[in-house]
Order: sequence, then structure tokens, then C-alpha cells
Amino acid sequence: MKKLLVIAATLGLMSAASLAVQASPQQDLKEFRAYFADRFPDVPFNDYVNGVYSIDQASREQWEAIEEFPPYELNIDKGKKLFNTPFKNGKTYASCFRNDGIGIKQDYPYFDTASGKVVTLEGAINDCRTKNGEKPLKWKKGAMADISAYMAYTSRGNKINVKVPGDEGAQAAYQRGKNHFYAKRGQLNMSCADCHQWNAGNRVRADLLSPALGHTSHFPVYRSKWGGLGTLHRRYGGCNKQVRSKPYKAQSDEYKSLEYFHTYMSNGLVLNGPGARK
Amino acid sequence: MRKYPGILKTASSVLALAGSLVLLPAPGLALAEEAKPSVAEQGKSIAFNRKQGNCLACHQIAGGKLEGNIGPPLVAMKARFPDKAKLRAQIWDSTKANSNSIMPPFGRHQILSESDIDKIVEFIYTL
Ligand code: HEC
Ligand code: HEC
Repeated sequence: MKKLLVIAATLGLMSAASLAVQASPQQDLKEFRAYFADRFPDVPFNDYVNGVYSIDQASREQWEAIEEFPPYELNIDKGKKLFNTPFKNGKTYASCFRNDGIGIKQDYPYFDTASGKVVTLEGAINDCRTKNGEKPLKWKKGAMADISAYMAYTSRGNKINVKVPGDEGAQAAYQRGKNHFYAKRGQLNMSCADCHQWNAGNRVRADLLSPALGHTSHFPVYRSKWGGLGTLHRRYGGCNKQVRSKPYKAQSDEYKSLEYFHTYMSNGLVLNGPGARK
Repeated sequence: MRKYPGILKTASSVLALAGSLVLLPAPGLALAEEAKPSVAEQGKSIAFNRKQGNCLACHQIAGGKLEGNIGPPLVAMKARFPDKAKLRAQIWDSTKANSNSIMPPFGRHQILSESDIDKIVEFIYTL
């Protein structure tokens, strides 16, 4: 806690959008949004779902051309097929989800008070499998990313609606995610916020840094660098590695907490996944 | 997939903003001669190497390419840092001056050796 206080205090010196210690999630959300509105006065709120392209006109046109023949189209088809293929016991994924799993991604991640854990969409997909006697899928790409992409696709246009209830465990998970986002880490000593908040719109070498607002709206993402689709936690691992920090495991409590905070910050934005990135 | 043309456009407008087109890449390092590179030249190659200083990730530096713009352009360093020890201290641990600095603490986190930092200081001091 002490460390958190120090970090919060130094951030306070740095920026008007300081993190009030113990700020409520609602308060954080307001400040987070105000920070970006102030930093990019010309970017309409709804445009943040386009990631770096919301602030980069030059590459936006090329990206829009790519999105017309999306490289992830096959993945959506594969995901749909997998989603509708019955397990050995005859049941399907639909049986595990509200509304048969269609158009529900906006509710994820959520805090499950019964288990005291954050539930991500990918976590729920694997839970569904194990409950039905199937082996869990690998987390970061492949069939998991395909199914997640299909479920994201059916949720396009729905507004992100992550809730952080008063529950002590939910608050703790949120704070843990927030801490991950703002704490400096790795040999290079950088936080997510260093790149995606305080320096959003600046360039690290030739790469323009995207604003964290809207980051989660379009996952999973097809990256040409990956030559395929990857989940949000795959990206987290990559961004941790960039600063020479040992990445956490995909779907670890740490990354689930980060996803909880990170997605909550984009509440009200429309889902537009899967997306394509370089 | 990289969009170089667009990037180059922004890069050059940033350069123009900085008002010093002199900063555009100098014509090739004259390292071909068998003379041992000077300390400043060694510092330059450590500073520019992506696996070492990678200072160009964030700073415009004369002779660099595809530079980032997170930090200020490194120019007129003697005037900015009349005391060389202060310049070294900034590179050794940027968080001393600004606790939220995004600049990596090259000495404190042992990203570079003490002698590499000395060489970089010599190079930066020529800017
Ligand atoms: C050294 C700078 C740096 C740090 C630190 C960093 N990132 Fe990134 N991140 C990048 C770059 C560069 C990209 C690719 C360009 C872009 O979209 O911003 C990227 C991309 C992303 C994306 C994909 C955005 C999209 O639209 O698809 C996400 C999500 C992300 N980062 C999250 C994080 C999180 C969470 C952390 C901390 C755990 C983090 N990053 C730390 C540099 C960084
Ligand atoms: C990830 C970004 C980043 C990297 C990499 C980086 N810097 Fe910096 N640097 C900054 C920022 C930002 C500042 C502005 C002061 C601050 O916030 O600490 C700065 C400030 C400085 C200053 C002080 C400039 C002045 O006029 O006050 C010097 C000198 C400097 N950096 C040298 C270097 C050298 C040499 C390297 C490589 C060995 C390097 N930096 C790598 C971001 C970076």
C-alpha cells in the first residue's frame, strides 16, 4: 500500500489528472476520460474504439482499406463453427451463457462474488469446456481466439458495460489492475500509463502510442506481426516484455485484474472486435 | 505493414517544428578508416544501438533515423548541462529529477555499464 501511495503522490505532481488515493472506480473513470478529452480535443469519444487510428489520420486510411477485406474473417467463421459444434456430451457452448452466448461480450470481464474471481470471456469459454468434460483450450491464440472473435463479432455495436460492485473482492481486483496499469515495471522501468496515457500520441521510434481509452474494444486482434489472431492477454504479455519485465501467464489473476480495470475504463464505448492491427 | 511514408511525413514535420533541419541524418559515419573510434564515437554507437541505449526511441539526435518524440531533442547539451556530472546523473537515473520519468534509469537498473554511460556522456556532450 505504501508503494501505491508513493506512486499516486508522484503521479499527482506530474499531471492534473492525478490519481486520488482510494478514488472510487467511478471517480477514476471520470478523470481518465477527462484526461483524454483534454489531450485529444479533436477526437470524438466514440472514435477511441479505433485505437491508434483514432489519432493517426495518416495510417488510418490504409487501415480502413484493410478492414474492408478483414484478415480475421476466416477466424470468425472458424470460431462460429467451433461455437456451434456440440461437445461429446451433446451440449454446446450456448448452454453455458446468457442469451445462448450471442451479443454478450459487453458484460465481460465481471466479478463473480461466489468464486471471488474476475471472469473473463476466455475464462468462461474454458470453464464451459471443462464443465462439459472437454479439455481446456490454450489461452492466447488458435481455437480460443477464434471462438472469442466470433463472440466479439456477435456483440459488435453493444456498449461495454463492466461493473465494479461494492464487494470487497471486486474492489481489490479493480485496485490490483489499476496498480498494474500505473506501476513502473521491468528493467526499463515503465508503466502501461507511461506509454498509453502520459505519452499517448507520441512516438516511440516509429510507433505511435495509442490511448488506453478504447484499447479493449476490439480484441481479439489480428496482427500482421503475429500473422494471426491473439487475445488481449497475449498483447499484455508482449507489452510487459517490451520493458524487459517478465510477463504474467495469460489468464493469471494479475492479468484478469488488469483486464478488469482496463475494460472498465472503456465503459460506454461500443464493441467493434475483432480488429486488425499491424 | 509499416507505414513508412506517413511516418516520414510526421517525422519531418516534427523536425521542421524543432526548427533545425540540420538534424537530418549526417552523411554516413566515417568509421571506415582503421583508426580506432573516439570515445564519443563509441558512445554514439552505444546510444544508437537498439539493444543498448536506444536513445533514439525517444529523442531526436543528430545523425539518427526514425526517432521518437517522447523526450526533448538532444541539442546544445553543453549549454543545457554546464556541469557534465549532472548530465551523467540524468542518464544514470532519470527518476532523480522526475520521479515519474519514462526514461529508463540506465545506471540504477544496470541497463548499461558504467563505462558505457561514460562514453554516452562524451557523445551527448558533443551535441
Ligand atoms: C514502451 C512503451 C509501451 C509500454 C510500457 C506498454 N505498451 Fe502497449 N503498446 C505499445 C506499442 C508501441 C503498441 C503498438 C501501437 C499501439 O497501438 O499503441 C502497443 C499496443 C498495445 C495494445 C494494443 C492496442 C490495439 O489497439 O490493438 C494494448 C491493448 C496495449 N498496448 C496495452 C498495454 C498495457 C496494458 C501495458 C502495460 C502492461 C502496455 N501496453 C505497456 C507500447 C507500450
Ligand atoms: C522511453 C523514453 C526515453 C529513452 C529511451 C531515453 N530518454 Fe532521455 N528523456 C526522456 C524524457 C521524457 C525526458 C524529459 C525529462 C524527463 O521526463 O525525465 C528525457 C530527458 C533526457 C535528457 C535531459 C534533456 C534536457 O535538455 O534536460 C537527457 C540528456 C537525456 N534524456 C538523454 C538520454 C540518453 C543519452 C538516452 C539513451 C541512453 C535516453 N535519454 C533515453 C525519455 C527517454
